[in-house]
Amino acid sequence: MTQAPHDSVIVRNLGAHLIPLVQLFALYILFFGQYGPGGGFVGGVMLGASFIVGSLIFGADDPATAAANRLLDGDGLGLIIFVLVGGLCLIGGGEFLNYTSVRIPGLDAPSQRYLGIVLAQIGVAVDVAVTAVSIVFSLSTVNRDEANPGA
Amino acid sequence: MTFSFEIPLLILLLLTAAAAIFVKDLISAVLILGSYSFFLALVWAWLGAVDVAFVEAVVGAGLATIFFLLTLFGTAPEDTRIRRPPVPKAAMIGLPLLGILLLYAATDLPKFGDAGSPASVHISPFYLENSFADTHTPNVVTAILMDYRALDTLMETAVIFTAGIACWLLLRRDSA
Repeated sequence: MTQAPHDSVIVRNLGAHLIPLVQLFALYILFFGQYGPGGGFVGGVMLGASFIVGSLIFGADDPATAAANRLLDGDGLGLIIFVLVGGLCLIGGGEFLNYTSVRIPGLDAPSQRYLGIVLAQIGVAVDVAVTAVSIVFSLSTVNRDEANPGA
Repeated sequence: MTFSFEIPLLILLLLTAAAAIFVKDLISAVLILGSYSFFLALVWAWLGAVDVAFVEAVVGAGLATIFFLLTLFGTAPEDTRIRRPPVPKAAMIGLPLLGILLLYAATDLPKFGDAGSPASVHISPFYLENSFADTHTPNVVTAILMDYRALDTLMETAVIFTAGIACWLLLRRDSA
C-alpha cells in the first residue's frame, strides 16, 4: 500500500466519517450474532473491509493504514484463540470444544456454552479480519512490483 | 404476495449472470458479478436464510469484488483480454438438454418449507427444540455453528488462515 491519499475530498471526508460507523456495526454484528443474523465470519469480514477501505482511501502514510499494517502481526491469533478455547475444555477434563467442561463458579452449563460461543466467535472474527487485510495487502504488493520493477 | 418478489429477483439474477458472461472487459464483469451476489443475497434473505444472505452480501458482493479488482490491476492487460472461442455443437445441444433434465428432476424435490421433507425430520428438530435450553443462544444458526458443529467451524477458520498464509507466501517476495 504505497499510493497517496485519494484525490477527492468527498471520498476522504465520507471515509473518515463512515469507517468508524462500519467498525462499530461490525462489532455489533459480531456480538449480536447470538440473537440475530451475523456472527464471527460476517463481523470479521466487515472489520477487515473497514481497514481495507481505510488504507485504500488514506494511502500509506496515514495512522489508519499503519494500524492495518500492525493488524497483520496478529496473523494466526484468531485461530489460536479458537483452539485455546477448545484446549481449555480439554484441560478441564472434557471433550475438545465442549464448553461445559471448564467449571466456572457461578455459571450454569448453558451460560458456559454461551460464553464459549462468544469467545470462539471473537477468535473467528479476528482470524477472518486479519486474513482479509492480509490477502489485500499481498495482492497490492504485486501491483507495486509491477509499477516499478526495480524496487 | 410472495409471488411478486420472486419473479423480479429471478429476472435480475439471470440478467446480471448473463451480463457478467457477455460483457466486453473483465473489470465490468467483476462489478456485475458483485451486483449478482447482492441480488443473490436478497434471494437468500427472502427465503429466510438471513445469515447466509449476510455472508453473501459481505463476502460475495464486497470482499470478493475487491480481491478480483486488485488481481486485475496486478495483471497485464494482454493477459486478461477475453477470447471467445466459438461454442462447440455438442455443448449447444447437450447443455439445454441437461437443463431440461435438471428442471424435470426438480419437480421431485420437496416443496419449500415442507415440514415432512427429509432435511426437516432428521436432526433439525433436535436443534430447534434444544438449542436455546442448551446454550441460551436465541439464534439457532449460531448455536449450531459455534457449539454443536464447533469443530467444523474451527476447520473452516483454519482453511481461511491457510488461504491468507498461501497468498502471503506466493505474492510477497520482498518482505520474506
